[in-house]
Amino acid sequence: MKQRLKLTTVFVLATLSILVLSSAMFLKNTDSKTEKGLASTQKHTPRPFDAKEMIMDHIMDSYEWHLFTYKDYHCCIPLPVILYSKDKGLHIFFSSKFHHGESSYKGFKISTEEKYHGKIVEELPDGSIVKPLDLSITKVTVSFFFTMLLMIWLFVSISKAYRQHKNQPPHGIQNLLEPLILFIRDEVAKPSIGEKYERYLPYLLTLFFFIFFNNIFGLVPIPPGGANVMGNVAIPTVMALFTFALVILSSTKYFWIDIFNTPGVPWWLKFPIPLLPLIEFLSLFIKHIVLVIRLFANIIAGHIVALGFFALIFIFGEMSLLGGYGISFISVPFTVFLTLLEILVAFIQAYVFTLLSALYVGLALEEPHH
Amino acid sequence: MLPLMILLQAAGSTLGLMGAGFGAGLAAIGAGIGIGQIGGKAMEAISRQPEAVGDIRSNMIISAALIEGVAFFAIVICLLILFQK
Repeated sequence: MKQRLKLTTVFVLATLSILVLSSAMFLKNTDSKTEKGLASTQKHTPRPFDAKEMIMDHIMDSYEWHLFTYKDYHCCIPLPVILYSKDKGLHIFFSSKFHHGESSYKGFKISTEEKYHGKIVEELPDGSIVKPLDLSITKVTVSFFFTMLLMIWLFVSISKAYRQHKNQPPHGIQNLLEPLILFIRDEVAKPSIGEKYERYLPYLLTLFFFIFFNNIFGLVPIPPGGANVMGNVAIPTVMALFTFALVILSSTKYFWIDIFNTPGVPWWLKFPIPLLPLIEFLSLFIKHIVLVIRLFANIIAGHIVALGFFALIFIFGEMSLLGGYGISFISVPFTVFLTLLEILVAFIQAYVFTLLSALYVGLALEEPHH
Repeated sequence: MLPLMILLQAAGSTLGLMGAGFGAGLAAIGAGIGIGQIGGKAMEAISRQPEAVGDIRSNMIISAALIEGVAFFAIVICLLILFQK
């Protein structure tokens, strides 16, 4: 066990150092470009601080991992870009070829127009702009791959520990996660689903820990944390789609009868204009969409407010140096308090998503009790 | 009547932005009232039966999270208004 921990630590450190060193290699290219571009000083005059741009940069997904900017020097980790365009085929290259969005590569460039802002578009020979199939490993993808690998490692270790030390007190990392696992089993799965809870428990546990770890890592500023994973609409949408599929697949006949022909409801709500069936059918979809919005909006609101407090420091700093330092006495404690609140929100949102998923599955499985 | 309609059309996008601001403010008021009610009732319940504090606290937090979800729904719509072209 200790051997594996050491091996994993070495592996993780090796990966990180390779990424940082390779970015240093790519940075040399950027430097030479800057030297060539010194003649046009327009690009390198310091722009006034734009709070909205800073917040958007931190929240949105990007094709490179920006670490810091020293004067004109952007230190970023370049990430692989995987594109499939209809006429040019498959392209895999590092995003450093885009030189932070300034140059184009083989007809692909990062668009600055409103429609595809920040995304890679392809410029066809006849001048039209089209979006290729984009399967790139972006910042958010790297972050949740990291969470995924961490979860796989953690839970394989725990399951092995459970098998080896049967009926013994918890051992090692089991101690950390067993309360949470038992909490999900006893407070979420069993009361909501009833007797068949064991079939759904792996899904619910994965959902809970995936959301929880991703939210927590979104608060840590050091890579591979710090990417706004659940703040992207795509990821909660996929999870809600999984829950929806699970509900549809495990629904009994009585579930559909309850939607379209609710027992105990007067006939005139169903017959000429099927008001109640329509409402029930829509609520089937709306419940899952609201799951998405709840998670997405909570996480992104937390990040925006925290970044807003930091932006306050820079906004006041533009006015006067002392103003910047002065406001930091207020901003920094507020941000610390907000981060603690965000940790609570991370747990609560994971719990609420899992609880509601379990409830919806439990409702779908209901047998009539006459 | 017609000049009024022309004025309304001309002030189009600014009214939209103002509407987004009002919407977000109303959403905050709604969430504040709702969660305030939950908190108040939870305090009363704890005072009536102090040994049920754990149960009451967890139920209060769950209800607060669900109601905040509704408020965030309104916020997201206001943001959509703000960020559309």
